[in-house]
Amino acid sequence: MADAVHIPDEAETRARWGNFAWTADNAEQAKKVIARYPAGRQQSAVMPLLDLAQRQVGAETQTQGWLPVPVMEYIADQLDMPYMRVYEVATFYTMYNLAPVGRYHVQVCGTTPCMLRGSDDVFSACKNKGLVKGGTTPDGLFTLTEVECLGACANAPMVQINDDNFEDLTYDSMSAILDDLASGKQPKIGPQIERQTSCPEGGPTTLREMVSENHDYRGQW
Amino acid sequence: MSDVIAPLADKDRIFTNVYGFQDWGIDAAMKRGDWDNTKALLEIGQDEIIERIKASGLRGRGGAGFPTGMKWSFMPKESKDGRPSFLVINADESEPGSCKDREIIRHDPHKLIEGALVAGFAMRARAAYIYIRGEFIYEAKVLFAAVEQAYEKGFLGKNACGSGYDFDVFVHRGAGAYICGEETAQIESLEGKKGQPRLKPPFPAGAGLYGCPTTVNNVESIAVSPTILRRGSEWFSSFGREGNRGTKLFQISGHVNKPCVVEESMGISFKELIDRHCGGIRGGWDNLLAVIPGGSSVPLVPAAQIMDAPMDFDGLKALGSGLGTAAVIVMDKSTDIVRAISRLSYFYKHESCGQCTPCREGTGWMWRVMERLRSGEADIGEIDMLQQVTKQVEGHTICALGDAAAWPIQGLIRHFRPEIERRINENKGSAPVMEAAE
Repeated sequence: MADAVHIPDEAETRARWGNFAWTADNAEQAKKVIARYPAGRQQSAVMPLLDLAQRQVGAETQTQGWLPVPVMEYIADQLDMPYMRVYEVATFYTMYNLAPVGRYHVQVCGTTPCMLRGSDDVFSACKNKGLVKGGTTPDGLFTLTEVECLGACANAPMVQINDDNFEDLTYDSMSAILDDLASGKQPKIGPQIERQTSCPEGGPTTLREMVSENHDYRGQW
Repeated sequence: MSDVIAPLADKDRIFTNVYGFQDWGIDAAMKRGDWDNTKALLEIGQDEIIERIKASGLRGRGGAGFPTGMKWSFMPKESKDGRPSFLVINADESEPGSCKDREIIRHDPHKLIEGALVAGFAMRARAAYIYIRGEFIYEAKVLFAAVEQAYEKGFLGKNACGSGYDFDVFVHRGAGAYICGEETAQIESLEGKKGQPRLKPPFPAGAGLYGCPTTVNNVESIAVSPTILRRGSEWFSSFGREGNRGTKLFQISGHVNKPCVVEESMGISFKELIDRHCGGIRGGWDNLLAVIPGGSSVPLVPAAQIMDAPMDFDGLKALGSGLGTAAVIVMDKSTDIVRAISRLSYFYKHESCGQCTPCREGTGWMWRVMERLRSGEADIGEIDMLQQVTKQVEGHTICALGDAAAWPIQGLIRHFRPEIERRINENKGSAPVMEAAE
């Protein structure tokens, strides 16, 4: 727990977020989410609503958002569950931020498959741009987090920045991505080398017909 | 192990859009054969569908390899007390090395959704919840949209596909917890709680989601089932070896020339898999050090043993490892093998849910000792002590995360003890004459 985040002062948080309420769009979305679960089982909606709230906080603060205590209380009220049960969920899952993060949340995978393919270089690129693990840059632009396997191992090493994956990275391509973001440009999402998703580099070894047409193989069954 | 496994032909590949060269949308998917008269599949009948899945030899693709048809047959045939049944589809793909469900969801989602209907119908479920890991943000967007498309076509909802059966599919996003891939933790999470595994019994088929009968299946197990029914159990069971039938998505990462995801026949030899699809080992076959053949939870296998091994459940079990999710992590001789395994220990320490003491305390303890072995500052005796501790964690926890944390370390000690000892001796300066240490 030495790397636990520093949770902001509650009085200040209440002053800023005490009046949190859904935007009209999000109120609509929240209703849709709750309807996915059987009547009386609305607690199931806590995870999607926390995510929605974090995104709303993010939109209001021009960051990736976080979950101030009054926001969690708001969700507890809506779902008719004790605040503590919401807090338990928010602290258990890693995608809920308990403290503010920057505009870009740089989540570098450091687990073995990425490590084998050079995640150390990706971390070096971040370090060289002034990003520090677990911290936000002074300009509020980047928060760097080392995360566990993000499930894109055939495209290792990779980073998830906000909602996008950047894969098949090197020191240089990671540096370029950070430069682009800092200067307001949108870097190319997905593999950073010439490659279609998780297809072998240089072209598929199977299902070659699919490259150029939506081939139906049923004729050969 | 002498059976020769013929390479899979394109016509026998189930996931034809695995690389996403074509559109994932419902119209394109239907041109590839999805949702083709699904009503006829349902008319086969609930018990007969289960029989055919049993006959196909399909074993669960989530790692444990439990026969899928048998799992479905555990569900109640009628509800005596009015409780509905649920199908939960496990798309919480988080095992280091695994990246197959992601490809199914973002490129061939309709195979999964059609499979959800067929499987849900067979086990008499009222609805399916697809639990997708939170970090799959783009994949979840595709899945939500694909489910909506299926509703618009009348394939889901009331009178699904004109079959007279009502069936809903819901998507639920996780939020970053490896443990939610464990079936009872996943159910807890779906109920809006911390993902901490439940004690079994009761088993989910008796009391699962909301206390109702529930079956939890991996994405790939569900997504292959419509094709099995269309092409017949014999077709599926014509691939692979006895007890290890069918086709499988392999995910190869690490030190191969071209890492990729590819569908192959179960039981293909390791060497053929790598040569055929991955352009060989980086630096050639002599440069291979070891392989983790089934995702981080299974013990590693040294180069000499893996080379000709059949990549299936029993073939890898015979080597003291396992097929797991068929996430093949390849390590060449440049690998710091102790660091590679130590990083996995860190992973398990990070992901332990904290419920059972042996795992909560043990994973941290094992990682710290692994770090000492990595740097060589440990004492020789700590190797045996670590081995003992792994044995005390293994089998003493509610779920298998404790086992999964123990096995990679046991594999390392079993196969690379001399390397660990070398580091310790070198660090002490008492090593036999050696060239300049790095």
